[in-house]
Amino acid sequence: MNNISLFITGPVIALALAAGIAAVKADPVDDTLTIDGKEMISRAKAPEGHPFDEVMSGWLFRTAETRALEADTFVNPGMLEVEEGGAIWNTVEGTAGKSCASCHGDAAESMKDVGANYPKWDSDSGRPINIELQINKCREKNMGAEPYAFDKGGQKALTAYVKHQSLGTPVSIDLGQGEMQNWWDRGKELYYTRTGQLNLSCASCHEANMGKMIRADHLSQGQINGFPTYRLKQGKLISVHNRFRGCIRDTRAEMPKAFSDELMALEVYVTWRGTGLSVETPAVRQ
Amino acid sequence: MNLNRRQALGLATGAAAFAATGFRALPAMAAAEDAEKKLMEFAGGKALETGRITLTAPEIAENGNTVPVSVSVESAMEGDDMVESVMLLAEGNPSPDVATFRFTALSGVAAVTTRMRLAKTQNVIAVARMKDGSVYMDKKQVKVTIGGCGG
Amino acid sequence: MAKSKPRVKVPKSAAAGEVITIKTLISHDMESGQRKDKDGNPIPRKIINKFACTFNGEPVFECELDPAISANPYLEFSAKVPQSGTFKFTWVDDDGSVYEAENTIEVQ
Repeated sequence: MNNISLFITGPVIALALAAGIAAVKADPVDDTLTIDGKEMISRAKAPEGHPFDEVMSGWLFRTAETRALEADTFVNPGMLEVEEGGAIWNTVEGTAGKSCASCHGDAAESMKDVGANYPKWDSDSGRPINIELQINKCREKNMGAEPYAFDKGGQKALTAYVKHQSLGTPVSIDLGQGEMQNWWDRGKELYYTRTGQLNLSCASCHEANMGKMIRADHLSQGQINGFPTYRLKQGKLISVHNRFRGCIRDTRAEMPKAFSDELMALEVYVTWRGTGLSVETPAVRQ
Repeated sequence: MNLNRRQALGLATGAAAFAATGFRALPAMAAAEDAEKKLMEFAGGKALETGRITLTAPEIAENGNTVPVSVSVESAMEGDDMVESVMLLAEGNPSPDVATFRFTALSGVAAVTTRMRLAKTQNVIAVARMKDGSVYMDKKQVKVTIGGCGG
Repeated sequence: MAKSKPRVKVPKSAAAGEVITIKTLISHDMESGQRKDKDGNPIPRKIINKFACTFNGEPVFECELDPAISANPYLEFSAKVPQSGTFKFTWVDDDGSVYEAENTIEVQ
C-alpha cells in the first residue's frame, strides 16, 4: 500500500513544483506556542549567513488542532514514549551493571539543556555525534551493553527523553569544535543538491517554496528542533534520520543510511538552520 | 513525466483511496448504509431531532489518522433530564462504528473528547439518546487531506 | 511498543459537587485489523475495546471503542465530585489484558 501511494505521490509532487499548480500562498500563523504555561521561541532572528531573516518552527505551519496537541504535555501523545524513555534511563543493562542514572543521576538536572547543543564534535570517532550515537557510545563504553540499531530498542524513546530535558532551550550548536565547520559545509552542499528522479533538493521545498501549499501540505522551513517528533500519520515518534530518509525517498532518490556521513552532515547543517528556536521535543506534526 | 493537470488530479484521487489511514478502501455506499442502519437501531423508532447535541470536529483534518472530536449534550444530568448514551459514527470508514459513550449522574456534564481515524473525507455523526427516549443528532463533514509528502 | 501504560490527569482537590475534567491517555497501537503486513497477510485486530471510570465504586463514565479510535486512545470527560474519594480507571484489551489506574481527590 505504501509503495502504491509513494508511486502516485511522487509524480504529483514533481508536477506541482514544476507547474506551480499547488503554489498557493499560506502564511504561517501568528500564534505563540506555550507548553504547560512555558513560552517557546517559535520565531527567532536567523543566524548570520542564513537564507532567511527569521527562522520559524514547523508548529506555526500546522492547523489549530495539531498545534493544540503540542501545547499541553498531557494531551501530547508523544509524551507516552518520553515517559518510556524515562523508565529506560533508570533500567540497568549490560555487563557493567549500570543504568544511565547510575552515572548521570536525575536527567532533569544532568541532561538539562544538553539536547539543545547537539550534534557536537566527537574526537574519538573523528566525526559529529548526535544524541542517538552518544547514547550508543555510552552503552558500549560505559554500560557494556549492545548499541541500539537505528530506531530500534529504546533509541527513539531515550533520545526523546534526553532532548525533552531541554524543552524551551534555544538550539545552538558550536561549529568551532573540531571539524564541525567542514561537516556544516558538506551538509549545506547536500541541502542544495538536487537528487532523485524528481530532481529536488531540500531547498526546493523548504526554502524556495516555504510557506506555500504543496497539494494539501503546508511547507514549513523543515526545522528539526522538535525531533524525535510525534507524527499523526504514523501515530508514534519519528526520528530525524527517519524523516530525512523519508524526504529523500519522496524525491525518488537512493536513501543514505541512518547515521551515514551524508545524514550526519545534513543533521549538523539543518540543526544550525534552526538556531535560536526552542527545543520542542516531542513536537506534534501531521 | 508528461502528465497533464487532469491526469494528475486523477492520480491524486487514486492516492486518496489508498491514503495511509490504516484502512483499506471499501465501497463507500455500503458503509453509509451501514451507518444509517446503526442510527435507526440506536434511535429505536424515535425521530432524530436536532439541537441539544453539538459535535465539534475540524473542517479539515491534517491527517486522517488522528482527528480530534468532541461531543457535548445539553442536559441537567439529574433526575429525568439525563443523557444515557452517545454514539459516534463515521459514514465513510470501512465500518461506521467509532465509539459508544455512557454517562451517569456522576458524569455531571455529558461531554467527551477523543481522537479518531477517518479513511477519507466524510460525515461524522454523533447521536444522543436521552433517558426519556428522545434522540438528538449532529453531523459534521470532515475533509481529510492528502499531504504532498508521504515522509 | 512496550506494554500499555495509562496516564490519567485528575485535579488533586475540588469543591463538593464541583464538575471536574478528567483526561486519560494510554499507549496502544489500536491495530485496526484492516491493515496488511509486508507479505500481504492481514494483521489481526488488537485494540482497547472498553474503558470505564468509577468513583468510590459507582459508575461515572464508560465507553466501547472500535478500531476507528486512533492509536494511543485519548479520552477526556467530566465527573461530578460529591465527596473525597477514589477514581478508578480500567482499559480492556482485545487480548483480555486489563490496564488500571487510580487517583484520589480531596473535597475541601
